[in-house]
Amino acid sequence: MAELLRFRDDEAVDHPAVTVDSFLGQSNANAVRIEPGDDARALLPHLDQVSLVEVNFPVFGDGRGYSAARILREAGYTGELRAVGDVLVDQIALMRRCGFDAFEPDKPLDDADVETALARWPHVYQPTTDGRVPIRTKRHE
Amino acid sequence: MYRYDHYDQAMVDARVAEFRDQAQRRLDGKLTEDQFKPLRLMNGLYLQLHAYMLRVAIPYGTLDSRQMRMLADIAEKYDRGYGHFTTRQNIQYNWIKLEDAADILADLATVEMHAIQTSGNCIRNISSDHFAGAAADELVDPRPYAELLRQWSSFHPEFSYLPRKFKIAVIASESDRAAMRLHDIGIRIVEKGGMLGAAFYVGGGMGRTPMIAPLVRDFVPLDQLVTYAEACLRVYNRHGRRDNKYKARIKILVHELGAEEYTRQVEEEFAHLLGQGIEPPLAELERIKDFFPDPAFSTDAPTDIDRSDSAFALWVDRNTHPHKIPGHASAVISLKPVGGIPGDATAGQMRLMANLAERYSFDECRVMHTQNVVLPHVRMADLHAIWTELEAAGLGSPNLDTIEDIIACPGLDYCSLANARSIPVAQRIQERFAETGRTEVLGELKLKISGCINACGHHHAGHIGILGVDRKGVENYQLLLGGSEAQDTALAKITGPGFDEEGIVDAVEKATDVYLDQRQGGERFLDTYRRIGMTPFKEALYG
Ligand code: HEM
Ligand code: SF4
Repeated sequence: MAELLRFRDDEAVDHPAVTVDSFLGQSNANAVRIEPGDDARALLPHLDQVSLVEVNFPVFGDGRGYSAARILREAGYTGELRAVGDVLVDQIALMRRCGFDAFEPDKPLDDADVETALARWPHVYQPTTDGRVPIRTKRHE
Repeated sequence: MYRYDHYDQAMVDARVAEFRDQAQRRLDGKLTEDQFKPLRLMNGLYLQLHAYMLRVAIPYGTLDSRQMRMLADIAEKYDRGYGHFTTRQNIQYNWIKLEDAADILADLATVEMHAIQTSGNCIRNISSDHFAGAAADELVDPRPYAELLRQWSSFHPEFSYLPRKFKIAVIASESDRAAMRLHDIGIRIVEKGGMLGAAFYVGGGMGRTPMIAPLVRDFVPLDQLVTYAEACLRVYNRHGRRDNKYKARIKILVHELGAEEYTRQVEEEFAHLLGQGIEPPLAELERIKDFFPDPAFSTDAPTDIDRSDSAFALWVDRNTHPHKIPGHASAVISLKPVGGIPGDATAGQMRLMANLAERYSFDECRVMHTQNVVLPHVRMADLHAIWTELEAAGLGSPNLDTIEDIIACPGLDYCSLANARSIPVAQRIQERFAETGRTEVLGELKLKISGCINACGHHHAGHIGILGVDRKGVENYQLLLGGSEAQDTALAKITGPGFDEEGIVDAVEKATDVYLDQRQGGERFLDTYRRIGMTPFKEALYG
C-alpha cells in the first residue's frame, strides 16, 4: 500500500476521509476528500472543524488540485493537506509550494529522489502561503 | 535588454540540473514515456516524426549577438547546421538527440537562455511587438511588462498543469503586430487619464476552433497587472474543460460561459487575490524597465539615402519600418528566400545576423512572429552596407508582407500530426509569383499555411489561408480568404471544396486575378475582399 510522506509533527488522522458531498451533509466528520471537480470553497465555512483534507489526483496532469490547495491555505486552513493518487516526485516541489504538507502517492516515492526534488529550487518567483520570500522581494530588501 | 541577475541565473541553472536528472531517469528506464512526456515538454522537447525537436524560448523575441551566436553554435554542434524560427518568436531545432538535450540547455544557460515552458500545458513564452522600443506609434515599450509576466509565469506552482497550453502576448500600440487577440490572454498597455494600465483580452486562439479574444477588462492598473493575470488563470485552471483535449483551451471556457460570466468569475477571484500579496512591488517593474532604456541614438542622423541602386531601393521600401527617431529605421531580414523553407536559417546566416546586430543595431535583433528577423535600430545611412551583406548571404529578399513572405508550419515533412505538407506548397507559391513578377504588383498580401487543423501556420489569420487536410488518404488543400491578425483581427472563411497540390497554387493565383481585376485605388487584397465579398472569388475558382 501507499506510504505516507508527512511534513507535520501532529498526529495523523487515522480514519478515512469522506466525500465533499457527505461532509456537507453530515457535520461531524473531520477528514474530507476533494476530487478534481469539487469546489474547495464549499469547505471554507467549516474549516475550523477539519483536520485533514485529502486532494485526489487521479492523473498527475489534472492540475485542479493545485488551485484547491491554495484556496484552502489562502482562507487560513492550517490542518493537514494531503495529496493522494497519481503523485510523482516531479510534482511534489510545486505541491509543497501550494500548501500540501503530506503525500500519499499510489506508487511509493524514493526517499533520495524526494530529497533532491525538494532541495532543487534555490529561490522562487511567486509568493504563496508557504512563506518563502520570492525573488522580487529579495531584490528590493 | 533584460539581463539575468544571480537569482535568474540560479533558477535556470537549477532547471538544467533538474532536466539532466529527468532525462537520465528516462534513459535508465526509471520514468515511463508517459511520465517523462510532460517533463520534457515543459523543457521544449517534442517527439516529431523522425527525431526530437527542441524549442528554445526567445522571450518577446529579443536577442543580442552573443545569444544569436550561441543559437548558431547549437545548430552546428547538435543539429544539422540550421534552425527554424517560429511564429511564437522562438527557434526550433528539428534533429536533436535525447542524450544531448541537457547539454544544449546547459549551453543556452551560459548566455541567459532556456527552453523552459516552450511546450506543455503551462504558460508559454510571452510574445510581444517585434518593433517594441523602436516603433513610431507605440505608447511605451511593452517588453518590461512581458518580462515581469515571464518571471511570474516561470515555474508557477499552481499553473504548471493547466487544462491546455497557454499563450500570452503583450503590446503597447494601436497597431497589432503580435496577433494579440489570437492569444489566450492578449494585453495592450493603454493610457487612461494620464495613467498607464493594461487592457485584457481573454480567450482567443487558433487551432481547430479559432476565436478572437473578447475584451474582459479595459483598464487594469499597472500595480495590479500580475494579480489580474493570476485571477484569469485560476478561473481557467479550476473550470477549463479537461474531458476533451480539443475543448480544453481557455477560448472554449470563455465561449461556453460567455465573456460576461467569465469576467464576473475573474473579478471575484481578483478581489480575493488582491488581499494575497500576489503583486510584485512597483520597484520591481521599475528595476526591469531600467534594462530597456533607449539606445544612444544620434539625434542628427541623415534621413536621405542614395536610392540610385533600384534593387536596394526596393528592399528599403519593402523591408524597413519607420522608427521613432529621425534618420533611423527597423530593417527586416527576410527568412523567406524563394524556394527556401520559411523561417529556416543556417548557422552562417545566424552569425551574419549577429554581426549586423552588433555593428549596426545596438547589439539587438528580434525574431518576428512572421518568421523573419528584424534589426530594430539602424541608421538609414547604414542601410546600404547592411543590404549588401545580406544580399551576399542570400538574406536580401525584398518581400516583407508580400505573397512570398509566407508563414508555414513544418507540416508532413516533420510533424507527426500533419495531414499534408506545408513547406513544398509554400515553395511552389513563392516560385510561381516570383517567376511571373506579380509579387510586387500585389503589394501587401499575407499568406499562411497549416498542414492540419491545429493551425500552427495561422491559416485562419491569413489574407489568404491554406489548410492541409486528408481526403481519403490524399493530401488536399482548402483555400481560405479574408483573415487578419493585425488590429483589424478577422478569421478567414473557406472558399469551398479543396484542391490538390498543383491545384492550390493555381487557385491562389486565380484569387489574386480577381483582386487585380477589381481593386480600387490603393486597396490591399484584404480591403478588396472585404468590399466585394466571397462571391466573385468563388465564381473565379469554381465557376
Ligand atoms: C512539429 C511539431 C508540432 C506539433 C506536434 C504541434 C502541435 C500543435 C497542436 C496540437 C496545436 C493545437 C493546439 C490547440 O488548439 O489546443 C498547435 C497550435 C499551434 N502551434 Fe504547433 N505544433 C508543432 C509545431 C509548431 C511550430 C513549428 C510552430 C511555429 C512555427 C507552432 C506554432 C503553433 C501555433 C502558433 C499554434 C496556434 C496556437 C493557438 O491555437 O492559438 N507549432 N500546435
Ligand atoms: S498545423 Fe498541424 S501539421 Fe502543422 S505543425 Fe501544427 S500540428 Fe503539425
